[in-house]
Amino acid sequence: MVSLSFPFGVTLFLAVIGFFAGRAKATSSVNGNFRLLQALPKAYGQTVLFSTLIPASLLLFGWAFVVRILGPDFAVLPDFVFQGLVIAIATIGAGVSYHLIKPSQRARAISERWIMGLLIAASALAIVTTIGIVLSMLSESANFFRQHSWTDFFFGAVWAPNFRGGSELSILPLLWGTLYISLISLIVAVPIGLFAAIYLSEYAGTRLRSVAKPAIEILAGIPTIVYGLFALITVGPMLRDFFAQPLGLGGSSSSVMTAGLVMGVMLIPFVSSLSDDIINAVPQAMRDGSLGLGATKSETIRQVVVPAALPGIVGAVLLAASRAIGETMIVVLGAGAAARFDLNPFEAMTTVTVKIVSQLTGDTDFASPETLVAFALGLSLFVITLGLNIVALVIVRKYREQYE
Amino acid sequence: MTAHSTKKHGSLLVKDARTQRRNNAELRFRAYGLTAVIVGILALIVLLVSIFSNGISAFQQTKLMITLELPEAKLDQKGQRDLDVMKKVTTIGYSKVLGNGLIDQLDRLGIATDLKDKDVREILSKESAATLRDVVLADPSLIGTTVTMEFLVNGRIDGYFKGRVDRASAELDKNVKPGQLDIADALTEHGLMYTQFNLDFILAPDASDQRPEAAGLGVAILGSIYMMLVVLFVALPVGVAASIYLEEFAPKNRLTDVIEVNISNLAAVPSIVYGILGLAIFINMAQFNQSSPLVGGLVLTLMTLPRIIIPARAALKSVPPSIRDAALGVGASRMQTVFHHVLPLAAPGILTGVIIGLGQALGETAPLLLIGMVAFVREYPAAFTADAGLFGEASTALPVQVFNWTQRADPAFVERASGAIIVLLVFLLIMNALAIFLRRRYERRW
Repeated sequence: MVSLSFPFGVTLFLAVIGFFAGRAKATSSVNGNFRLLQALPKAYGQTVLFSTLIPASLLLFGWAFVVRILGPDFAVLPDFVFQGLVIAIATIGAGVSYHLIKPSQRARAISERWIMGLLIAASALAIVTTIGIVLSMLSESANFFRQHSWTDFFFGAVWAPNFRGGSELSILPLLWGTLYISLISLIVAVPIGLFAAIYLSEYAGTRLRSVAKPAIEILAGIPTIVYGLFALITVGPMLRDFFAQPLGLGGSSSSVMTAGLVMGVMLIPFVSSLSDDIINAVPQAMRDGSLGLGATKSETIRQVVVPAALPGIVGAVLLAASRAIGETMIVVLGAGAAARFDLNPFEAMTTVTVKIVSQLTGDTDFASPETLVAFALGLSLFVITLGLNIVALVIVRKYREQYE
Repeated sequence: MTAHSTKKHGSLLVKDARTQRRNNAELRFRAYGLTAVIVGILALIVLLVSIFSNGISAFQQTKLMITLELPEAKLDQKGQRDLDVMKKVTTIGYSKVLGNGLIDQLDRLGIATDLKDKDVREILSKESAATLRDVVLADPSLIGTTVTMEFLVNGRIDGYFKGRVDRASAELDKNVKPGQLDIADALTEHGLMYTQFNLDFILAPDASDQRPEAAGLGVAILGSIYMMLVVLFVALPVGVAASIYLEEFAPKNRLTDVIEVNISNLAAVPSIVYGILGLAIFINMAQFNQSSPLVGGLVLTLMTLPRIIIPARAALKSVPPSIRDAALGVGASRMQTVFHHVLPLAAPGILTGVIIGLGQALGETAPLLLIGMVAFVREYPAAFTADAGLFGEASTALPVQVFNWTQRADPAFVERASGAIIVLLVFLLIMNALAIFLRRRYERRW
């Protein structure tokens, strides 16, 4: 353990004192005649503040995190020595930058360079996050594949984890459930979302649009756990009582259909708002040309607007598909836990995300392949959704350029 | 009139078959569109009605007023009112006192029943003995006196008052007897059993499987607030800094291109992947406490960052270049231009994006399941302790509490879960209303 609050508190204190001291030195060095200074007095104060605070806290938090990750054995320096080191660096930073203050120093440029460094570091965090995601999943997946054959994972047919050993862990039955549920959700969401977008952008009057558009967008703001509960307590029992049991297709309230329908509702606003943007991007001249030749409005839409917007719409559908594949709470509560290949949509099936949750919650042992398989599943999920996203973004971007 | 139908071309007054067909197709197409809009809105209405009709009753709770003696012989045999000695009397001891008090009360009121004493006692919640014990331990002078107090009743009796349980279903249910419902009716007539607003649902901690009537959201709300604080204080500065750099300073080169593509991809990564990241890095490698709001907040921060950066960049981009040119023209540096002029003008847009991002983080469940926030937590987590550090104590969160309750057997938890969702939706509504207000009030159109 590295204690943080004391050294950081001292550093912060030094930095604040340094700011006022630096400002005072700059002011007094020209006897209060600011025009002789290269920058405003506070800029001189800032140079001291940043050079005290930034290197010392970087060392402090960076080292603390490294020690946390690599374990306390790695902390080669005793804690008090390290704390002293941090405070020493802060003091040196303060002392040197204070000493360097003179009227001809370009203080503003220096303090702005520090700020720029902070801005760059913040943007780099995006890359660090991605690297973190990939590395954390790669290393644990590698652990998994050392204990379990990759042929069974990618090409086996059975998902049967057994914590006493001899598990069969294949992604295929899970992938089947995932794709089946996603397919149903897209069959629900794409026509409804697309038609709603077309109607609202081409037909509806301002009053209907001002009510209907926000109402549909509310659906996008509702957390997925709410949809999950809706599937569990309303849609699931309803489908079972009115469709599955009368038709003799099964008696389970959690099913592919339940999860697919509810997920479809969740995706409606996603499809409709993306398609709305894309349809609005089709130039008005194309519509006018078609209408001028005598086509009806619906003929114009079907034969001119939609074909022109098609690449964008395909992109939107792909983005929706990637959403559906990665969705977790609706399937956890609505789809069931049985991994099987089946065509009956009223049967409970399971998905990749459900199994990630079930293998990683509760008492888990991070050495067993039954737990580690979740990381391999996560990596597969990440690769699939990333692929879909990249293809979709490329398509959408190409399409945008066409009309700009 | 047959002349019209044989004509090859129609007129303005009489349409030929082909025009008719095309017009019908037009009408059908419009109808499809309108249907789609209606289906969308209907789905929203059904969803909300379903949640509200199931959950609104969680804000009401049935209580029973009992006047009972607190016998010294049972609760403090030594008679010294020494707290350490008194603590040795467990809830089982209090449960007997309480049960006898209820039976005495029924005798006093002349309510006859053929139930066994044990069944009469079970009208009360298992939680009520603990309530009584806490009251007595807080004020030992009550021992030996007669007190009148409110107690929670059993979840099934509560369900009877909310229409979830009736006599027919009670016959089949081994957890409740029709005789208990008769007693409940009689007590209601005397005005001693009543249903009232349930503040404990919002403030009290979770309760075990056996006592849905006592389960509350206090810990979950506190945990969610802690996590939102972490997200706000980390994601806001970092997100704004990153978007300023990318929008205002970054040179157009390979590296910034990579960062940009990366950010838009991160925004679309499934949230559960962030949970895996949090589990692997923060918990397995860095050994932060499981279930702590700190780890939850950091995971949600990483998830929210790209969702803050994208709207923040759009807000910065919408500030017209003339503002920058004017500032640069009077001698401001680029940094001063951004911080003195561009950023204040873009602030409403950025804040709107931040609030919406926070709203998404508040409702997110999946990543929190993986970092152990499903644990059963009854202690309110402290914001800071010397042992666990900042936000380090085990906690749970609103959406995770909903999930937790859906996994329990007692049907009364369905009501609790739906009620928790109402609380969650109210928070989201407030946040989104704030975002809309900010946008309407401060956003400028150029």
